[in-house]
Amino acid sequence: MAFMGDMMNPAPFWQNGPAPGAFYNFPGNSSGFGPTTHPVQEFKAHSATPITTTTTVIGVKFDKGCVVAADTLGSYGTLARFRDCPRITKVNDLILLGNGGDYADYQYLKDIIEQKIIDEQCIGDGLLLKPRSMHCWLTRVLYNKRSKMDPLWSNYVVAGMQDGEPFLGAVDKLGTAYEDAAIATGLGAYMATPLIREALSVGTLDEEGAKALVRKCMEVLFYRDARAFQRYQLGVVTAAGVRIEDLAELKHDWSLAHMIHMK
Amino acid sequence: MLSVNGNFPEYAVPGAKQVRFEPYADNGGSIVAIAGDDYAVIGADTRLSTGFSIYTREQKKLFKLSEKTVLGATGCWCDTLTLTRLLSARMQMYEHEHNKSMSTPAVAQMLSTMLYYKRFFPYYVSNVLAGLDADGKGCVYSYDPIGHCERSNYRAGGSAGAQLQPLLDNQIGLKNMQNVTEAPLPREKALALLKDVFISAAERDIYTGDCIYILIITASGIQEEKFELRKD
Repeated sequence: MAFMGDMMNPAPFWQNGPAPGAFYNFPGNSSGFGPTTHPVQEFKAHSATPITTTTTVIGVKFDKGCVVAADTLGSYGTLARFRDCPRITKVNDLILLGNGGDYADYQYLKDIIEQKIIDEQCIGDGLLLKPRSMHCWLTRVLYNKRSKMDPLWSNYVVAGMQDGEPFLGAVDKLGTAYEDAAIATGLGAYMATPLIREALSVGTLDEEGAKALVRKCMEVLFYRDARAFQRYQLGVVTAAGVRIEDLAELKHDWSLAHMIHMK
Repeated sequence: MLSVNGNFPEYAVPGAKQVRFEPYADNGGSIVAIAGDDYAVIGADTRLSTGFSIYTREQKKLFKLSEKTVLGATGCWCDTLTLTRLLSARMQMYEHEHNKSMSTPAVAQMLSTMLYYKRFFPYYVSNVLAGLDADGKGCVYSYDPIGHCERSNYRAGGSAGAQLQPLLDNQIGLKNMQNVTEAPLPREKALALLKDVFISAAERDIYTGDCIYILIITASGIQEEKFELRKD
């Protein structure tokens, strides 16, 4: 009679819903009118807020590749807590990955991605994961997590070379995915994307031009984004492979600051 | 375990509010589809946005499901991606099983079923399906997010759907007019009308703009066309 289920403890009609013949407390009602005054939390509690967070990631496509940049500050709310949180990684010779959002969620997924690459190398057929596949895989992972109401609080920028052509794509914590030549997440969406789009509207950039543009964006963001930091990583992916440069330090100059008056 | 809400309800105060995770996003976008006697045209803008920022200005929102069927989908983009991926997988399964591609009315019914399957956690997507039916006549099917389906000859959907539909009602449906005679809509007029309604939508709706990507479905195949809209 297994098909009848447990007759003493029938399953609820739907998740967190009433079960046949059982008392039911409507969710959100704490008056304790039911059989017990202790609310039994049967549902699984998920963390739905980010804790240690990082800010903008910038990605720009140029004629022969992509540049990705992000600073290394891990913020604990408004507190500038961790100063060395690198969040641009080389996945393989074709893919450069940048991240913004909850740093723990990033570390969790980075470990999984690294294991994926190791497994792939163990097969030894010389095939490499391509950026479009990586982008698509991230979309599915993040979408499935959001569908369980247990999101990975992250924005990802996937840059790489797809069959000799530059690829630049973004995925957010819901699994929203798109490709574009200019990508900036977080506050950078408001301050860096206009700068990058304006530069791209003139014509395609070369590597030096793209790097200079990204450095300018990092500077603007450092001056205006309160969660930004002067130390940042910059990675470049071209047909020659992935190269992440040594940490760059912004030379900031606040001598103008005294001229800004609040009314 | 002691808790304020369970043991000391009188001390429970509305304190710091936690922002709940919101699984849906409104990524905007509009679709218009018009069916004629031997064709169907469907167009969608290419702007993908969230709030006051634009993710990208060149996102195609039309999905070719077969040689005779095109789906336009806007709304929550992550749901659109998932739904269309699932749809094309099922189109392929049908093809392998029956050795022919699915007819447009069959796709229309399948889409309705797939949307209703997620009735209590819906795909937040506004769908408009356009194509040729088994007789080669143009057809348009429109949906609500949970699977209600209706066949018609013209439909506007998405963020500017409510602004565009009355205009189509007047120009194609010839509603609220006297001394008019119904005549079949030529393809050129449908195409011109489609561009015109998008131009007016781009004026009023911030989620519609940049470009329209148009697909023209006829018995001889699917033609592509692009048309620029305002980009601000």
